[in-house]
Amino acid sequence: MDIVSRGFFGKRGKQTAKLPPGQYLTTDFPVLSAGPTPHVPLDHWEFTIRDENRPLRRWDSKAFRNLPSQALSVDLHCVTRWSKLGTTWEGVSLDALLDGIETDARYVMAHSYGDYSTNLRLDDIKNKKAWVAFRFDGEDLAPEHGGPARLLVPHLYLWKSAKWVRGITLMREDKPGFWERNGYHNYGDPWREQRYSGDE
Amino acid sequence: MWLAATVVGLRDETPTARTITFQVPDWPGHLAGQHVDLRVTAPDGYSAARSYSIASAPGSSGRIELTVERLENGEVSPYLTQELAIGDRLEVRGPIGGWFIWGPEQTERVQLIAGGSGVVPLMAMIRSRISAGSKVPFRLLYSVREPQLVFYKEELKALPDDQQGFSVTYAYTRRVPIGWPRPPGRIDAALVGSGAWPPAFAPTCYVCGPTSFVEEATSLLSASGHDRLRIRTERFGSTGGRK
Repeated sequence: MDIVSRGFFGKRGKQTAKLPPGQYLTTDFPVLSAGPTPHVPLDHWEFTIRDENRPLRRWDSKAFRNLPSQALSVDLHCVTRWSKLGTTWEGVSLDALLDGIETDARYVMAHSYGDYSTNLRLDDIKNKKAWVAFRFDGEDLAPEHGGPARLLVPHLYLWKSAKWVRGITLMREDKPGFWERNGYHNYGDPWREQRYSGDE
Repeated sequence: MWLAATVVGLRDETPTARTITFQVPDWPGHLAGQHVDLRVTAPDGYSAARSYSIASAPGSSGRIELTVERLENGEVSPYLTQELAIGDRLEVRGPIGGWFIWGPEQTERVQLIAGGSGVVPLMAMIRSRISAGSKVPFRLLYSVREPQLVFYKEELKALPDDQQGFSVTYAYTRRVPIGWPRPPGRIDAALVGSGAWPPAFAPTCYVCGPTSFVEEATSLLSASGHDRLRIRTERFGSTGGRK
């Protein structure tokens, strides 16, 4: 039985079935980052897919923006408990980026400018579940939110959507990324409330 | 796992912020800089949870202190800062976070930079330094709107300010005390130059505050030559608008 807190009734913001357990709705866009915001000039930006031995594919910003992109509307869920619904993005699907690559890897590590990393299952970035997004709400993605481009994996907590993404490494064995080494859950499903290491 | 917590102390820091001391019998201990999730539950079972930084130094007493700033349209912070009374019970989870932390085994100099209520986890580091008997030199650069909004005012004033062990530099952004040498304004390169360790000392920098403040402070640190890999940040709030 939960402890009842005397005098607390709650404001009970709009309830919606789109809100995972323990989350509240916000309309602004908070920022969480472990360090300074990297400012990556577009003419230095690259996106690379590699395996444990070598780079497999690489795009510069011009080549990347020539790839077929999609407009998306997705819900974001941050482990710090805010959720933002119906955000609009433009990006390239990981399906398109990975198309034709043969691998026996089951995991990936996403790497960012500024040394951030986060681990994912390969299955979680395939089948229309993940994108490399470069526009938000009709404008180029601002550096605080991960511009020039960030990973977008909306079905997992937002720390898995690596800001300033520079590439992914295909891995046969899983390895923890930055927050996963620093107290957060390895998988991060908001619907199962997998916030912290030790959560089921 | 949620832990039962009982309110054993309340102290107003400013007109809008309050320090709350909880007794948490099963508290596993924490590190300076970590935070907790706090959950309050209504009689019908509705509950709301938020994250708050821990202000107190690590210790074994099972007591933790949080300082909560009231957000006007908040759901939990108005309850915590206005309604909560001694003896009330709620739940906490934690401690959480393994990055924005400081421990007395660290021997390098430390630069703390706070914007407003971002001083809370930095105060835990200052208190931890003292309680652990660390001699590591700390500096705090504290940006705050006006003198009456300074948290832990008396405690900070009472700390020996000897330029070697610990020093604090205030940056008032809206209103300054009479005779204050610097007009009100945001932190800038000159203030970082005079109030922060020089980059050559290679301090670890901890910057905490609203997003825009952290962006500005970390840009100033980087521009003055601090290694970005030695800068750790914690941000709260929005970037506002459509950014």
